[in-house]
Amino acid sequence: MEQAGAAREPFRFSTRLSLSELTGLRAATVGELLALVREVPGSCIYHHTHRFLQQHQYLSPEPPNDFSYWVTEVLGDKDLGERLASIDVMQFATIRALRDGIAATIERYIAENPLVKMKLAPGNSEFHFVKSVSFIIPTGLVARDLGEFAEALGRATIESIYYHVFEARLRLERGDNDFSNWIEDSVGDAALARSISRLDPYTYTMEDLRRTIIRLVERRTEVPRAGAR
Amino acid sequence: MPALDDYAPIVGTAVLDDLRLLADRLRGRVVQFVNSTAVGGGVAEILNRMVPLLRDLGVDARWDVIKGGDRFFNVTKKIHNALHGKVEEFGEEDVEAFMETSRRNIAELETYGDVVFIHDPQPIALVEKKAHDRWIWRCHVDVSAPDRRVWEFLEGFITRYDAAVFSAPSFSQRLPIRQFLVAPSIDPLSDKNRDLPQETVDAILARLGVPTDKPLITQISRFDRLKDPVGVIEAYRRVKKYIDCRLLLAGGTAADDPEGIEVFAEVKARAAEDPDIIILLMPHDDLAVNAIQRASTIILQKSLKEGFGLTVSEALWKGKPVVASHVGGIPLQIKHKYSGLLCHSVDGAAFLIKQLLNSPSYAKRLGENGREQVRNNFLLTRHLKDYLLLFLSLFHRGDMVYL
Repeated sequence: MEQAGAAREPFRFSTRLSLSELTGLRAATVGELLALVREVPGSCIYHHTHRFLQQHQYLSPEPPNDFSYWVTEVLGDKDLGERLASIDVMQFATIRALRDGIAATIERYIAENPLVKMKLAPGNSEFHFVKSVSFIIPTGLVARDLGEFAEALGRATIESIYYHVFEARLRLERGDNDFSNWIEDSVGDAALARSISRLDPYTYTMEDLRRTIIRLVERRTEVPRAGAR
Repeated sequence: MPALDDYAPIVGTAVLDDLRLLADRLRGRVVQFVNSTAVGGGVAEILNRMVPLLRDLGVDARWDVIKGGDRFFNVTKKIHNALHGKVEEFGEEDVEAFMETSRRNIAELETYGDVVFIHDPQPIALVEKKAHDRWIWRCHVDVSAPDRRVWEFLEGFITRYDAAVFSAPSFSQRLPIRQFLVAPSIDPLSDKNRDLPQETVDAILARLGVPTDKPLITQISRFDRLKDPVGVIEAYRRVKKYIDCRLLLAGGTAADDPEGIEVFAEVKARAAEDPDIIILLMPHDDLAVNAIQRASTIILQKSLKEGFGLTVSEALWKGKPVVASHVGGIPLQIKHKYSGLLCHSVDGAAFLIKQLLNSPSYAKRLGENGREQVRNNFLLTRHLKDYLLLFLSLFHRGDMVYL
């Protein structure tokens, strides 16, 4: 008999490990930050808007991105810091669009508050642009139906979940996270796929995100299992 | 010496599984580390741990050491100081002394690695031997404001490498080769960082003559002006007006370092007759440092200049709230108000210490966040992962690499 939620194609978990590459580019003022945000590689924008998700995901409240943290803590501009912190990354489907959104936010703020351009970061506190180099590796973890999927999700590393949720949608421009795409296309459960797509993963810690997705999947399969590791 | 699996209870098996996945991709390649000394100094300490763990992962890692006499090492000491921004006389004679030893090492040292990983300026000229293999230059020094003349001398070698590696973004330079960020790390299983039973901590503090009946504020550093021990005493005095506490300044100084002895005397004089200032001139003793950090209420690192400042990670790993200066690699380890507190002055340090002593639950939260920050970013296993990725990056181009 066919398993509940059986898939036409199995889901193969990959993981993503990243290395930080230095660019030598630095900004000491908001004006310099704006100019560089417009021209640095997309991998820099990705690095500075996603680094905290993996490096500081246990913190509460979390600083959401490096631009906001630097503007608030180094330049002391809480207003612009808040505007940068509240940029809704889920609204952007590509790094290009996200870059434009960040640049527009800074540009608008400078137009409203021209004196902000006078603020200078003290020595050794400039904003240094770094980019992420991602290495994608298959983990060998495979799910053929939703039951196996929930079980595998409990065992996958945080980096693996990160890759399929964040990197796949925005950096690889797959339109949605890999889990929703697979559930809709291969399992054929559009409602479950949508309920995962509707989550704003930027507001969860990675462990909470794992638990939430497992719960949503289990509700469909009604196979109770112990909590995630 | 601990094996890789011994780190599983600390970082989780998934992290070790990822390391194995990466190491598998390096099978069949030889990674040759080269530095200037097999013992003593931070680089040798790291390589002594790193090379066996890479082998444990199945990577064919080997380690060679260049040779040099006093004349050569006097010049490389000058280079080191100049990279830190100190003004040094660096003339033709120095260049000649450096090149003479380098030529001998080029002739005598066999470079056989698929990846040749050169550490610091001493062996930098070996790149003359570069053929079809991949070469990396690892800079362990703070080069955020180097003496330009010395930097330009080294740049002639650096640009012939495939990649350079720095410890902090502020150390990066405009270079025509790829530059990577690899922060240093602490070993959670070493004597300096491993868990200690409370009775061991108590016994060590008793032996050192440090009472624990009052909140203990500690800075562990060499007696060096750049660590600002006098500023630490001033900050403590501002706190002491409102809160009864004790200050411990512990560290070493080399017998042949006249400035260190001078600073120590200055610190003693500044402490004067205050019985709550304890100044310990300690020989190298990792277990004692570990115990002191664990017994402290707050740990300070009020340096005026710092390379990376790994003592901060050591303190955070023990779950301690840390107040440290916004210099060198310290801001990488502490995100202000999230995993510790950053200061810019004596007054700032004093204010933050008072805040922590009066808000123990805030202090506790910072300490807990700090420990997780170190677990995720500054343990030896993360360092291993970065090195494995670094080696792989030499064989794959682009920002997205499918292995």
